Amino acid sequence: MKFQKRLLRAEPNFQILTKLWQVNWLYVLLICALAVVGYGALYSAGGGTSRPFAGPQSIRFCFGVVMMLGISLMSPGILARMAWPLYIFSLILLVAVLRMGHVGKGAERWLMLGGMQVQPSELAKIALVLMLAAWFHKISYRRMGNPLFLAPPALMVLVPVALVLKEPNLGTAVIIGTVGACMFFAAGMRLWQIALLILPMPFLAKIAYGHLHDYQKARVTTFLHPESDPLGAGYNIIQSKIALGSGGMWGQGYLHGTQGQLNFLPEKQTDFIFTMIAEEWGYVGGVTVIGMLLLLVFGGMLIAMRSRNQFGRLLGLGISVNFFLYCAVNLSMVMGAIPVGGVPLPLISYGGSAMLMVMFGFGLLMSAWVHRNDTFGETLENRD
Amino acid sequence: MKFRKKKSGNRLMSRPEEGKNPSRGVFTRRALVLMAAQGAVLGALGERLYGLQVLNGSHYAKLAENNRLSKRFFAPPRGRITDRFGISVASNRINWRALLLAEETTDIAGTLERFGQLVPLEPRDLTRIEHELKHKRRFIPIMLRDFLSWDDMARLELNMPSLPGVLIDVGTTRVYPFGPLLAHVVGYVAPPAEKDVVHNAELALPGMRVGRSGIEQTQDGNLRGQVGSVEMEVNAVGRVMAELDRDEGLAGDEIALTIDSGLQQQVLGRIADQSASAVVMDCRNGEVLAMVSNPSFDPSLFDSGVSQAQWIEWTNNSQTPLINKAVSGLYPPGSTFKPAVAMAALRAGTLSPSDRISCPGYIDVGGTRFHCWSRYGHGSINLRQGLKYSCDVFFYEVARRTGMDAIAATSELFGLGAKLPEIELPHVRQGLIPTPTWRRKHGHHWNGGDTIVSGIGQGFVQVTPLQLATYASRIATGRDVQPHLIRSIAGRTAALTDLGHASGMDMPDQFFQDIRAGMFAVVNEEGGTAPKARLDIPGVQMAGKTGSAQVRRVSRAMRESGHFNSANLPWEYRPHALFICYAPYDAPRYATAVVIEHGNAGADVAAPLARDIMTDTLRRDPVNHREPPGQEVAQAEVD
Repeated sequence: MKFQKRLLRAEPNFQILTKLWQVNWLYVLLICALAVVGYGALYSAGGGTSRPFAGPQSIRFCFGVVMMLGISLMSPGILARMAWPLYIFSLILLVAVLRMGHVGKGAERWLMLGGMQVQPSELAKIALVLMLAAWFHKISYRRMGNPLFLAPPALMVLVPVALVLKEPNLGTAVIIGTVGACMFFAAGMRLWQIALLILPMPFLAKIAYGHLHDYQKARVTTFLHPESDPLGAGYNIIQSKIALGSGGMWGQGYLHGTQGQLNFLPEKQTDFIFTMIAEEWGYVGGVTVIGMLLLLVFGGMLIAMRSRNQFGRLLGLGISVNFFLYCAVNLSMVMGAIPVGGVPLPLISYGGSAMLMVMFGFGLLMSAWVHRNDTFGETLENRD
Repeated sequence: MKFRKKKSGNRLMSRPEEGKNPSRGVFTRRALVLMAAQGAVLGALGERLYGLQVLNGSHYAKLAENNRLSKRFFAPPRGRITDRFGISVASNRINWRALLLAEETTDIAGTLERFGQLVPLEPRDLTRIEHELKHKRRFIPIMLRDFLSWDDMARLELNMPSLPGVLIDVGTTRVYPFGPLLAHVVGYVAPPAEKDVVHNAELALPGMRVGRSGIEQTQDGNLRGQVGSVEMEVNAVGRVMAELDRDEGLAGDEIALTIDSGLQQQVLGRIADQSASAVVMDCRNGEVLAMVSNPSFDPSLFDSGVSQAQWIEWTNNSQTPLINKAVSGLYPPGSTFKPAVAMAALRAGTLSPSDRISCPGYIDVGGTRFHCWSRYGHGSINLRQGLKYSCDVFFYEVARRTGMDAIAATSELFGLGAKLPEIELPHVRQGLIPTPTWRRKHGHHWNGGDTIVSGIGQGFVQVTPLQLATYASRIATGRDVQPHLIRSIAGRTAALTDLGHASGMDMPDQFFQDIRAGMFAVVNEEGGTAPKARLDIPGVQMAGKTGSAQVRRVSRAMRESGHFNSANLPWEYRPHALFICYAPYDAPRYATAVVIEHGNAGADVAAPLARDIMTDTLRRDPVNHREPPGQEVAQAEVD
């Protein structure tokens, strides 16, 4: 620390510039490219104007880029120490949203903070990733075999999952749980432990279904039989499929997607933005977007692998898996492969808090890249 | 701080112990597994997208097209109906309506209340509006009031700012300028019944009307026109975004009738308030120039809905205002049937024009005595005299000789008791000329007396006034004229209007001459039964035949009491008064049949009426005019 401070004092600009130079600009370029796709889609969703969606979203994105670059300069040590306070803060927000959150479609999901909608579950996910990365960073591979060392992080996962379930937001709860599980897996949890956890899952799922809210059950049933209620709960899925189908191979042309432009498509600027893109740009456009998302996911995973400290590795992996899950759930949802839930497509869907949290996550990922060669506070075994 | 302490202590010890960090190896391997899973998931999604967009694309594209396009239909203007001179007898009037667009107001109750203060809403309207508000989507206008008067409109327009959501819209309604005068011929329209809508969805369109009677009913298909449509792009809630294609539809065809509305008016004027029917025909081609059935009704009442009280009044009226007596009223023809019987006998060879039959005032057939109308008899008379005096005994005997089958066959050729296939009206009744076969079919025996009674058009014989007019026309011209009411549809002249259309009847011309001579004598010779039918036009003469048809059998006791006078009977038991005629005698142009219900004696009541009608017709001479002969009518009135 003293060394660093001296260095900072001596040539502060130089260090920031060096670190900025270290940022994986190719990756940033890819992020920007997806944001441009998002801008175009929101421009179209706004009926050919930037006013309702595209404009505000691009301002948020610019703000997000600055935030991402700022976070990427933070060393893993600082980030690891931020983990606990951020995690606790996110839990407080999760409780707060249960108490006084705003209801959207039968679920309490967001808080108004300073005139801005905040979805605490978004923050909770990032905080959990940080938290788990920091925890496993200190656990040697040998100790990973000991369930005692797995119990605290398991609790760290279960608390926010339970709170989010209570909201009730099934989709996000599943995503949080899966992110946590993937981090356990990557951190070196033993395979027999995994097997032991997975085997009772079907029974748990059955019990869980019994506790689902009616609207969530309706989603499951309409997912199974969407045509049973074409104007009710199945409407979204059917309209989305129709829009996708009418896009065909080459699409209806930008700004000419009939289903989207005529408002048949529900929530086209948020959850169903991908449908809008695929309708206007066709299969070619849809697959291109999926390819770009996959590049971002794989890039994140490769960044994680390149890190020489467990914290950076797990952080990168957690962020990438989180990003991937968002994409996968949203895409599956709009294609009618899983029940619909309010999961936006990251970087593309309209929404301030989701955009900021995605950029926050990419900031952490960039930090892992910038500081990939740092080693800090590791257990003996975890050091390269 | 904690991290740094450990870091400094363990840095050197890690390598010797493990050689390699197991965590990183495990991480890399497991991260690769996760990447494979991620790749697989996104790949599967890409594959699914391919299935949705490319493989099943056309299926979904079709669904999308249905989603996007909405075709709306609108009612075309109904075709106009005119008389033979192009005068409108049924047309469309613009109907101003006040509509409410619920989505444009937040305070529907307030808007309705303020509206009600300006233009009164009846409780019936209010319940309907309430029902529609609940069941229609907010952007579909609801009708508040139609048939707004100019004053209503002015008041509404002035107060528009306080009536959010209220629009004024224009539609059409059917109007009948002549009202009751042509109600039976033209008919009327009414909103379609629910069962009609089931069979033809077009009828559900607002403003669609269905012909319910008369020409409006039979020509509904021509008058209705082709429904127009707008193909629109709509959004998910049905709001119109753009109009893609518009088909204006086709207005219904204009139909010109053979009727001369001026003559119709004059005929009705002559009938005045009697319960009667009169038909005037062009006896050369069967064009019906006037067809009056009195009393009548106001056809425009049906468009907006007939009140209960009005309906009860119509249906309870013994003079049946809703029924077109000219085609649906069945009457025994009485003595007007005698020319047909004579023709049947001449054709059968059972009578020759010079044959004489003696009339002592009665005839005994099969043990029953049948009386002549003249108690003292007519002596020995031939056919011409038989018709002239309308001798019953003469025709009893002729009928007896000829037989009912031959009489029925001939009278049907004259149109009596026969279908008139060309008349474009609904509820046309066929009437009946009874035959032994018909009687047997109904389980009764035909006895000789039935033939006798039928010989003077009594008993089971029943005909309509239109059949009588056709009969008169066919006697006059010897041609098989078909009565019809339509002169042209959409400018195409009906084939029947052609004068050469009617073929000659299969009867020797000499027979016609004999019968015409008898009918001439009825009117123009001293001692004929209808001297009151003599025309007051120099050089023009009319031939005719009277008829008085009993509706109740006159018992022998009543007849022999000597005090019998049918004029003393209650109205509904009095005989019908009939008269058929044509003129001019030497060059027949017009034929007329008149039936006055319970008018008592044809000679006293029907004959003068027929003369008046014929006089009007001849003076007006509508067949030889291309414009309504208004001037001449005025002159005729002065005369």
